[in-house]
Amino acid sequence: MSLMHASSPQARAATSTGQVMRWVLLATLPGIATQAWFFGWGTLINVLSAAGAGVALEALVLRLRSRPLGLTLRDNSALVSGVLLGVSLPPFAPWWLILVGMVAAIVVAKQLFGGLGHNPFNPAMVGYALLLIAFPVPMTQWAAPHGLFGPDASSLGESLGYFLGLASPADAMTGATPLDAFKHKPQAVLASEFWAGEPLPPGTLNAWHSAALAWLAGGALLLFKRIISWHIPLSMLGAMVLIATLMMASDPSHHAGPLFHLLGGAAIFGAFFIATDPVSAATSRKGKLYYGAGIGVLVMVIRSLGTYPDAVAFAVLLMNFAVPFIDYYTQPRTYGHSRPNRGIKVKRIDDDEGAQ
Amino acid sequence: MAKASFPGGIHPPERKALSTRAPLVRAPLPRRVMLPLTQHIGAPAEPLVNVGQRVRTGEVIARAQGMISANVHASITGIVSAIEEHPVPHPSAAVGECRALCIVIDGESGNADEGHGELKQKDEWLRMPPLDWRSSDDATLIARLRESGVVGLGGAGFPSAVKAQVRQRHAIDTLIVNAAECEPYITADDMALRTYANDIIEGARLFARLAGAERILVGIEDNKPEAIGALRQVLKNQPDDGMLLVTLKEVATRYPSGGERQLVQLLTNREVPSLGLPADVGVLCHNPGTLLAALRAVRDGEPLISRIVTLTGEALARPGNVEARIGTPMHELLAFAGLQPERLAKLIMGGPMMGVTLDSTALPLVKTGNCLIAATSEELPPTPPEQPCIRCGACETACPASLLPQQLYWFSKGREHDKAELFNLFDCIECEACAYVCPSHIPLVQYYRASKNEIHAREHEAHRAEHARHRFEFRQARLAREEAEKQAKRQARSRQLKKPPPATSQPAGDDLQAQIKKLRIAQAAARAAVKKAEKTLARVSEPGQSGATDLDDLETQLATARENLQATDARLAAAQAQVQGTATNDQDTQPR
Repeated sequence: MSLMHASSPQARAATSTGQVMRWVLLATLPGIATQAWFFGWGTLINVLSAAGAGVALEALVLRLRSRPLGLTLRDNSALVSGVLLGVSLPPFAPWWLILVGMVAAIVVAKQLFGGLGHNPFNPAMVGYALLLIAFPVPMTQWAAPHGLFGPDASSLGESLGYFLGLASPADAMTGATPLDAFKHKPQAVLASEFWAGEPLPPGTLNAWHSAALAWLAGGALLLFKRIISWHIPLSMLGAMVLIATLMMASDPSHHAGPLFHLLGGAAIFGAFFIATDPVSAATSRKGKLYYGAGIGVLVMVIRSLGTYPDAVAFAVLLMNFAVPFIDYYTQPRTYGHSRPNRGIKVKRIDDDEGAQ
Repeated sequence: MAKASFPGGIHPPERKALSTRAPLVRAPLPRRVMLPLTQHIGAPAEPLVNVGQRVRTGEVIARAQGMISANVHASITGIVSAIEEHPVPHPSAAVGECRALCIVIDGESGNADEGHGELKQKDEWLRMPPLDWRSSDDATLIARLRESGVVGLGGAGFPSAVKAQVRQRHAIDTLIVNAAECEPYITADDMALRTYANDIIEGARLFARLAGAERILVGIEDNKPEAIGALRQVLKNQPDDGMLLVTLKEVATRYPSGGERQLVQLLTNREVPSLGLPADVGVLCHNPGTLLAALRAVRDGEPLISRIVTLTGEALARPGNVEARIGTPMHELLAFAGLQPERLAKLIMGGPMMGVTLDSTALPLVKTGNCLIAATSEELPPTPPEQPCIRCGACETACPASLLPQQLYWFSKGREHDKAELFNLFDCIECEACAYVCPSHIPLVQYYRASKNEIHAREHEAHRAEHARHRFEFRQARLAREEAEKQAKRQARSRQLKKPPPATSQPAGDDLQAQIKKLRIAQAAARAAVKKAEKTLARVSEPGQSGATDLDDLETQLATARENLQATDARLAAAQAQVQGTATNDQDTQPR
């Protein structure tokens, strides 16, 4: 008779990392659909090609590292990174841009650090930041909101042509993002005058607002399924609203309001889908509050003082640096202790000393 | 006041109904029992019997050794056929199986003339005289508990007699009957309460008196309505003796509410300090089974030779609870419950959360064995392969001790033990809630245990080095003392010969006085050191404080201090003699 030997616990909840990632993928659908609806086929091509590249690159590196392919690919994490980078890239991005981004994300930021769970930085945002710095021109040409089937919309064939580099989108096909446009508002022009001048292709603001709300819906699903906790989104968005309100109160003619900051760019998407990446985020609940607030502050600082119109990627990456520090100072109070431990006070147990 | 609660916790499928449908019955007497000498925490018991000796049920066959240990009794009547090593379940479920010295008893068949065809097995009892606990004094009761080998039957196996003496060190106001039984599958306490509620409450009163507690709280999860009903009935019928308040406290079903620390928090809103005991906050916890066994030992004079064990799992045709003799081979129990061997995939002792898988059904039932789960492979499937931690925080949400399991895992895996300690590794109660919810199927607690073991090993190593240093110091002190005494003798001899010591080595009178002063100070210091060492030794050698190695070490330190004192005494005496010597010399020389 052979009895199964297993370490405790003998019973386990029926969950798996792959399942968690599947829920994340599912939660991105409303956002992707909305973005595609307004900005055309390019979004879908981005998402699919980036996800495909992600899986292919992960498989390649796993083979190089002689790791089991099936088990690792089934955790769906490369797929999630691909989708998240794909939706962040401007529609009609050429294939090489996506490929370079995915190599940075999967190969450099993730696998070189040891694969899933070992990356100190958010892979998708590493890819995005690299592209934004290296290829600023294609990265800042967002699509005009011509929709999937509208009179001015690019057909699927045309979109594929842009993707393959056979043609490049006409100027009429592209436009600035609201954040970008507002950033480049001349100093002499008041905010009200600026918006009255219709600086963006018609429907742009509406498209961005709708996309942001769709991401919010996806985020709500993640919260409901307890894939993410409320701490990071709330503290990040809360910090942004607070700072935006203060800035607008100080000078309403040159600063946009909190609603514009929340819905005009990647704030909602970043708050629910990027900053909440558990691998690179702070650990404890309290730590997550600090982490999220830090991202929110950095986003607002870069948006108003920096050269980049949106800043979710940089803010997230900067706060990724701070995570180990945050983790040491935000431990919860353990049962039986009068107060939580803070900072690093370790007594060194030296290996060499013990061995002599 | 906000209702006391603990954070985290999980709700695994309970699966208790499997074993509560059948009433509690007695398992048939085993033909042979295997009684390990280590069924408790502490030192193994020492065998008192020889191979070939006849023993009666209830006879002491192995005597407790040292402060923390427990007697072992013959659980059937028969002949000791062997005293040898066998694989046995370890008293601590975390360890699982190990080999230990066992006394094997072969049962004796009854006389043939009684004959009803099949020979009936003899069960001849050797009982201790019954005691009325209300009229017996504490010392008698504690002696009885020690004699009867009662240990904590909830799983820890801590000798109850030691726990009953808690008063010597701690003031206890509350006795908690831990009937939460939060692990899935297990129903041994549930069935014990349904059947023996009266005796269990009586046992609780006995322990409450021994501990000096003012109230008894019975903590029970609300998924045991029958047991709660039985307890209510008992509490209604029992006259309140005015001194002791017995309260039934239902708690919501949530694993691990039966964890000692969690239950203390739930019922009293007190937190047991880190690395401390419930007694530190005036609480004593007992398992219902232990209380029952203790009462039987006192009232009926029956030592601990049987226990209630849950036999459950889908590989059993007739799951239920049985009262079985300690040492019964598990396969006999499983066969009694209708084991279908072809369906058995996993045999677990304890619950599915903290229990261990056993490799064989030939192991004996031990005092701490509260449950045997004969599971099919569909019921408790093999663990899926471990995946990387994505730090999703599910474990943090489930942790009842407010730890950060994902960080502990990280540090344990990287063998950064100092950081793991900083993140309170030793406050982990190993309830496995984190591993249960982990989507990456990481056996988190295994990592923590490995880390804890490694830290303990290092501490042990450091301890040994310290030990060696103390022994070395003792040797140095002894040599110094011998040298000083020799010196003193030599001086005394030279004075007796009236031969003035050579002038070169003779210090001037003032120098001598200074030296004596110094020596006096040294003597006082050495005396203080001796006193201090004596005090430490006396404190530590109080019952149950620390291990034997510590005592040895402290004795060495005391001896060192004494050697030092003797050496200073000798030097001082020599110096004083010298002063007198020079003085007489001076007198001798003065008149000229």
